[in-house]
Amino acid sequence: MVKNFLDKIRPHFEEGGKLKSFRSVFDGMETFLLVPNTTSRVGVSIHDAIDSKRIMSFVVIALLPALLVGMYNIGYQNYTAAGVEAGFLEMFAYGFAVTLPKIIVSYLVGLGIEFIVAQWKKEEIQEGYLVTGLIIPMIVPVGCPLWMLALAVAFSVIFAKEIFGGTGMNIFNPALVARAFLFFAYPTMMSGESVWVSTEPFLGLGNQLPDGFTMATPLGLAGSGVEVTTSMTDMFTGLMPGSIGETSVIAIAIGAAILLWTRIASWKTMLSVFVGGALVGLLFQSCDMTPLTWYEHILLGGFCFGAVFMATDPVTSARTEGGKYIYGFLIGALAIAIRVLNPGYPEGMMLAILFMNMFAPLIDYSFVQSNINKRAKRAIK
Amino acid sequence: MSKLFSKENREVFANPLNLDNPVTVQVLGICSALAVTAQLEPALVMGLSVTVITAFANVIISLLRKTVPNRIRIIVQLVVVATLVTLVSQILKAFAYDVSVQLSVYVGLIITNCILMGRLEAFAMQNGPWESFLDGVGSGLGYAWILVAVGFVRELFGAGTLLGMRIIPESMYVENGGWYVNNGMMTMPAMAMILVGCIIWAHRAYNDRKASKQ
Repeated sequence: MVKNFLDKIRPHFEEGGKLKSFRSVFDGMETFLLVPNTTSRVGVSIHDAIDSKRIMSFVVIALLPALLVGMYNIGYQNYTAAGVEAGFLEMFAYGFAVTLPKIIVSYLVGLGIEFIVAQWKKEEIQEGYLVTGLIIPMIVPVGCPLWMLALAVAFSVIFAKEIFGGTGMNIFNPALVARAFLFFAYPTMMSGESVWVSTEPFLGLGNQLPDGFTMATPLGLAGSGVEVTTSMTDMFTGLMPGSIGETSVIAIAIGAAILLWTRIASWKTMLSVFVGGALVGLLFQSCDMTPLTWYEHILLGGFCFGAVFMATDPVTSARTEGGKYIYGFLIGALAIAIRVLNPGYPEGMMLAILFMNMFAPLIDYSFVQSNINKRAKRAIK
Repeated sequence: MSKLFSKENREVFANPLNLDNPVTVQVLGICSALAVTAQLEPALVMGLSVTVITAFANVIISLLRKTVPNRIRIIVQLVVVATLVTLVSQILKAFAYDVSVQLSVYVGLIITNCILMGRLEAFAMQNGPWESFLDGVGSGLGYAWILVAVGFVRELFGAGTLLGMRIIPESMYVENGGWYVNNGMMTMPAMAMILVGCIIWAHRAYNDRKASKQ
C-alpha cells in the first residue's frame, strides 16, 4: 500500500516534475519506509540484510526504554516536589507532554538543515540524524528552553557534522557537541540546581512549583560536598533528578542488551568504559578524594548513558579491535577523573567522550602501524 | 595626482581588503584576532593601531630599503616596528587608558604580528614609499575589518551590548522575567575561532562565485 502510494507520487519529484525541489525529501521518506531495491553497481561487495537506516531504527528502539522512564521521572519529580498524590498515568502524561516539544524541535531543526544541505549538494538525505535527534533531547535537563535547544541543534548539525561531510564523516559526536555548546554557552540553564525539575504545569497537567525551587542532582551535591542521600533503588530505577534520559540504569541496560544483541554497538568499547570508570573510581575512593563509592559513580549521572549510547557510536569511536579497549578505558577513566578532580564540572562524561573522539583516529593509526611493523619484521626474517 | 592613484596603486590598496586579505586568505594575525575581539571597542582600537603601525613602518622601511645591508635587514625592521609600537602603546595609555588595559600585552605583541613583518619583507623592501604606504593602510584595514566583524558578533551575542551600549533590552532577560540569556560561548576565544572560520567560508564562497562568473 505504501509502495503504491509512493509509486503514484514519484513522477512529481523526478527531474521536470513540479515538486522537483523536494526530491531529497521524497527520496529520504521512500528509503526510510521501504528497503531500497537498488544495489551498488560496481565492485564486489557483501550485502547485509540491514542497511544503515535499519541500524538507526534499532538504535532508536534501544533508546526508547530510557526515554519512557525519563518521561515518567519528570512527572514523578514534579508531583513529588509539589507534594501531590498522582497516579502513574498522570505522571507519565505530564512528562510526555513536557518532553515531546523538545523532541519535535530537535527533529524539525536538525532534519530541516539536513534536508536543505542534501538538496543543495544534490545528495541523498543522510539518515544519521534519526538517532542524534532523539539523543539530544535526552541528554539535556528538562528546564532547557526550546530556543536554546534549537540553536544548539543547528550549531552541532552545521559545525560538527555537515562541515566534515555529513553522516559518517564527523570527528565528534554531534549530540555531544550540541550538549557541549549548551553547557558552555548557557551554563546557568544547563547545570546548577534549578533546571532539573520541571516547575510549570503544561496542558493542564503537572503542578506550579514556587519560584526559585531548586533540586540538585546527586552528582551536583557530591561536587559541592553535601552528603548524597539517593538510595540504591532510585539509582537503578532512575527516580532522581538528572537529564531526561540518563537517570535510569535499568532502562539503559535494556537498550544496551538490544544494541549488543543486534551487534550494532561493540561490547569491547562498552565493557572497557565500565572497567576504566570502576578502576579510577576505586582509586579515588581508596585515596578518600570523593564522597561517592566507585559503583555510585558508575550508576549516577550520565555515565551509563554515555557508555552505552555515545561511546559506542560507530562513526566517532575507535575502529580497530584493540583500539576499542584503549578508547573505552580512557573514556571511563577520564570521566571519573574530571568529576572528582575538577570542582567546576560535577559531570565529566560529555567532556571525556568528546576528548577521546579526538584521539580515536590516533589510536587507530597506532594500531594499524604497529601491525604493519610487526608483519614487516616477520617478512624480513 | 593621477599617477598617485593609478590603477596599480588602487589595487595595492584594495587587494588586502578582499582578495588578498591578511586574515582570511593569508591566515596571519589569527592569535590577536581571537584574543582581543570579545568586545567591539578593543577590536576597533587594535585594528586601528595595527593599521597605523603597518602604514608608517612600511614607509620608513621603504625609504631605508636601499641603504640597509641585506644581512641585517630583519634587525632594522624590528627596531622600526618596535619604536612605532612603543609610541602607539604610550599614546593609548595616555588617551585611552581603559582600552589599553583591556588590550594588555596584545599592543606590545603587535611587534611580532606576522602581517607587519610579512608586508615589510614582501612589499616595502621592493617598492617606493607611496606604494608602501597604500599597501600598509590596506593591509591594516583588511585586518581591522575582520576584527571588527568578529568583535561585533561576539559583543552583541555575548553581552547584548555594542561599544558598551545596550542593544538587547534588559527586559528580555530571564532575570527580569523574559526568556533571553547571553551566549557565554561568544565570550570564549573558541567561538572567535569558529566565527573567523565562518568569515573565511563566506569570503571564499563569495569570491569563487565572482570568479566563476567572469
